[in-house]
This record gives sequence, C-alpha cells and structure tokens, in this order.
Amino acid sequence: MKQREGGRHIAEPGQIDTTHGPILYLENVTVSFDGFKALDDINLYLDDGELRCIIGPNGAGKTTLMDVITGKTRPDTGAVFLGNTLDLTAMREHEIVNAGIGRKFQKPTVFTQHTVFANLELASQGGKGVWSTLFAKLSGAERDQIESVADTIGLRDRLPTMAGSLSHGEKQWLEIGMLLMQDPRLLLVDEPVAGMTHQEVERTAELLTGLAGTHTVVVVEHDMEFVRLIARKVTVLHEGRVLAEGSMDRVQQDPRVVEVYLGT
Amino acid sequence: MLAAGHSRNPMHTRGQWLVLIVVAVFGLLVVPVLNTMPADSLLHFPDFLIPLIGKFLCYAIVALAMDLIWGYTGILSLGHGVFFALGGYAMGMYLMRSIGTEGVYASDLPDFMVFLDWKELPWFWRGFDRFAFAAFMAVAVPGTLAFVFGWFAFRSRIKGVYFAIITQAMTFALMLLFFRNNTGFGGNNGLTDFKRILGFSLQEPSTRVGLYVASVLALLGTYLLCRFIVCSKLGRVLAAIRDEEGRVLFTGYNTVRHKLFVWTVSAMLCGMAGALYVPQVGIINPSEMVPANSIEMAIWVAVGGRGTLIGAALGALLVNGAKSWFTVAAPETWLYVLGGLFIVVTLFLPGGVVSLWRRIRTFREQSARRADETPAADGSNA
Repeated sequence: MKQREGGRHIAEPGQIDTTHGPILYLENVTVSFDGFKALDDINLYLDDGELRCIIGPNGAGKTTLMDVITGKTRPDTGAVFLGNTLDLTAMREHEIVNAGIGRKFQKPTVFTQHTVFANLELASQGGKGVWSTLFAKLSGAERDQIESVADTIGLRDRLPTMAGSLSHGEKQWLEIGMLLMQDPRLLLVDEPVAGMTHQEVERTAELLTGLAGTHTVVVVEHDMEFVRLIARKVTVLHEGRVLAEGSMDRVQQDPRVVEVYLGT
Repeated sequence: MLAAGHSRNPMHTRGQWLVLIVVAVFGLLVVPVLNTMPADSLLHFPDFLIPLIGKFLCYAIVALAMDLIWGYTGILSLGHGVFFALGGYAMGMYLMRSIGTEGVYASDLPDFMVFLDWKELPWFWRGFDRFAFAAFMAVAVPGTLAFVFGWFAFRSRIKGVYFAIITQAMTFALMLLFFRNNTGFGGNNGLTDFKRILGFSLQEPSTRVGLYVASVLALLGTYLLCRFIVCSKLGRVLAAIRDEEGRVLFTGYNTVRHKLFVWTVSAMLCGMAGALYVPQVGIINPSEMVPANSIEMAIWVAVGGRGTLIGAALGALLVNGAKSWFTVAAPETWLYVLGGLFIVVTLFLPGGVVSLWRRIRTFREQSARRADETPAADGSNA
C-alpha cells in the first residue's frame, strides 16, 4: 500500500486533522447522471464524533451522497474533505477505506462459512498479502481487539458460532463489527434496521449511539421510529438538496419537510 | 469447526495425527512387505498391482490439488489435466534421454526424432538427460503456465463458468499442439519404451516398489502442505473468496494474489503427480490432455467431498478403483456408471462420500435417542 504518492496527502487512520471542528466537509457538491442532478450544489458538515441521520424520500440523493464520500462516484463540481487536509475526490476507494471511512451496505454480507471470530479476524488490519496470511499468527493485541469489538456489538458469546447461522440482526451487527476492526473514524451505515425485529432495532440504536463520540456515525434510514430513537441531528435531503437540518423536533415541524416527506 | 482464538488452526488433533501416521506406515510398509511373500501365499501382493496402486496415488495428489483450488477457493478448473500431462512430459523426456543408445535405431537421439529424420536434439530437450533438471521442470513448467494464465484470467476478473470453459479450451489447445509431430514431443505416440530411471531398470519389481513408495511419500507431503495452507489465515481468506469475494476485496485484500498463489501451487502439485505417474505407467502421450480427463478430475473431488482434503483423495481412489474394475468387467458401461455416479452424488450427496460418515453418525444418534424413548413407551404399556 502506497501511503504517499503524487503529492497527495494520504493519512493513516487517526491522522485526520479535525482541529477546525468538522471531520467531513462537502461544499457545493454537484453530481449529475445524464442531466439528472442526483446532488445539486449540496453543503454538508459533520462534526467529529456526532451521530447524524440522513433521511429523505426515494431519489433524494442519499445513496449518491454516500457514494461520493466513499469515492465510488466522483462529483462533477465541489469539494469533499476528510478533516482539513484529505481531499477525498482525489483518492481511490481503498485509500479512502484506509484513511478511516468505513461503509456498511444495506444487505449484510458476512462470511457465512466462517465463525464470528474468523470474520472479525479477516477484517482486522493485519497483513493482507499472501505470505503474511499464510504464516499469520494472532497477536495478543489482535485478539484483544477482536474481543472488545465483539463486546461492543454484543456478540461476545457468539464468537465460535458460524456466521451463517446468525440471525439477520446479528449479521448486521457483525458487519458493523467488521468495520470497527478497521478502526474507522467515520462510519457510514446504510439502512441498518431494515428487516429487524423490534428488540433488534433497540439494540442497534444502543450500539450506534454508543459508537458516536469515539466515532462519527452517519446513518441513512427510512424507518422514522428508529431515527427518532437515535437522532440528535437530522439532515433531510430532497431532490439532491438539503431541505432542512436540525434536531428531530425542529425538522418535523418544518412545513416543507412535512410536505415532501413526513406528511405523506 | 474452527477453534476460536488461533490464527493458525491446529492442523490436526492428536488423534488425527495418530490416524495419519498409521495410514502412512500402512501405505509405506504393508504393500512392499506383502509383495515379498511367496507367490502362492494368499497374502501375496501381485507385482502388476503395484504400479496400478501407484497410479491411483498420483491421481489422489491431483485430487488434493484440485480441491485446493475448487473446494476451498471456489474456482472450478477443467484444465488440470494439462498441468498433470506437462509434469508427465518433463519426466518422460528424462526417461527418453536415459534410454541412451538402446533404442530401436541405436541412436543417441530418441527414436521418434530419428524417425522424423532430425539430426540433433532440439534446444528445449537440452538438460533433460539430468534427473534433477527434469524433476525441476516437471513442477516449474506447469507452475509457470498456471501463473501466466491465472495472472490474465484473475486480473480480468474471469470466474465461474467462464473460467472453467477457458481452462477446457487451454487443455484442448495444448492437446492439439502436442499431437503435432513437429512440436517435438513424439506427436501422437508420445514418449514411451522407457528403460530405466536413475540407473534402475523400470522392469525390475524393486524399482516399481521404489516408485510406489515415492508416490506414497509425495501424497503424504502434498496432503500436509494442503492442510498447512487451508488451516492458515490464508486458508480462511480463500474460503471467504469462495463465499463472498466482493466483501473480501472491500475488506482490503487484493484477491488476485491469493487466487494466483493457490492456483499456481495447485498446478505445480499436478505436475509433480504427472512426473511420478509416467514412470509407473510407462507412457505419456497427448491423450492425457483430452478435455474429458480434466473433467474426470473434478468428478473425483465431487464424489469424495469438496472442501475436505481426505474426501478429495478418497474420491480419486474410489472412482479410479471402480474404473479399473468396470473397464475390465464391462468396458462399455463405464462412462454411464461415471455419469450416473456424478449425478447421484450431486443430487443426493452434495457433500460427497465423506459426508456419509457424518450422516450415519447423526442417524445413529437419532435412532439411539428413539431407542431410549421406546422402552419407556413399552413400560407404560406393560
């Protein structure tokens, strides 16, 4: 892995400069597909350690926003910075992952034929080449990290279980755990509670609110109950723009939001 | 079941090591010892069977190699026959050179070259009069071919059926190439009429026992190497590639390298098996590269049990044992039997023959539980 190349500054996790407050800046970002503006001159700032919910009707640009942050989609115009120094638009996807942004997709993908322990181990930051995996020995530090992540996601006593036999909710937590193994600063979580039982939704809410503070967490979610449960600050997207931003109560009373989203 | 807590899972429990050692000692000693019994004794192991068993052991090595890439990594190769044959050709070239001037034409050149009116040894035959060089090439040539082929295929993200079809095309193309007399490997007839290996006559029973013992040791070594790989973290990366490659990429692994590594190792093991096979059967020709041969190799693994090393080796022994019997007893039925076997296993025993063991155990446990309940029922009746 090349850490520095072509004058770009690619920091290791933990080297993100947040001295001016926000950990993520999106300024005047526009993305269009064949003339359709998925994101239209959008501005978004995330404070270090906050838990932010992003809501909006279908086609509001939520997924495109995630894609821009993770480097999957390049913005036509605008700036995307992690901390003050890292220009995400100039970095490749795996560089962004290594810079400390982890993304959880909607559909849980875990290694079903492996134990929970092995899933976390494979996701850890240790050597990933052929030889380093062939002769890998688990260090005490790695084991500690696996166990503490397992504690965080509530799967400590499921470590020897095959991931394939976990429930849907447990798989989602395991996948969040796999992200945590990479020690990310910013977690992007796409519809984490889709298809979960009521108890699972509550535990997911605890998990995500618990992660906030030490991590910055962005949750894209349709489930308004869940958003109410966790959100301190909500951003409402509509047609590629930020329609409203603020606490859940304030956003809910905004007549424009009621009209396009909550009211329907 | 993977024990939580070790990056390297222990390769075997103490009991499994014991079984392995017993099997190895059995394989190494029993056949040679029984072979020395007087010919009229019931226990006598006939000479002609020794190379046959040796041949099966070579196939078992191929099955292990195949399982590494297919069973554990999920990449179905239908071209492993090529790697096997190339290893065989490398050894065949050495055996041809060691005939010396005892050929039909009493020339220093192999007979087929005299027949083609060639005056000197082609450049790519040089060095093959040395055993060590031939042994090295038997592994290096298949390894290099696999590396180059895999490099392009894996980088282009070719997988699944497309990969299998391309490997079939590869074996077919090389077969056509080797069929040509001008290619310089004896064309249609291949390489045969071998006289000796390392100075020992190939006709001598003791040489055959020696080759048999070498095959047992090679199989054992192959098994341990494969076991070492699949029990490492690399083995778990491979299984993760098989089950969810996109996620492995997203976790930061460059899967091309892992696939290329195991693919090349697999090809090299096949080359070694081919090199052991040729002196025992006495011939190598392009028919070893027919596409059907490579498909049969996949069937061995499927029948024995994909993703279990023991199963793959067992499958090779079972299918080839059955083949030897059927092709003598009822030759015209063999292909139907093979096809039928494949269908039955795929439909009813997707875990292969080794999964029978687990099934029987579950069945026993269930019937034992039922047996526990029955007396109580009887008691209430009485």
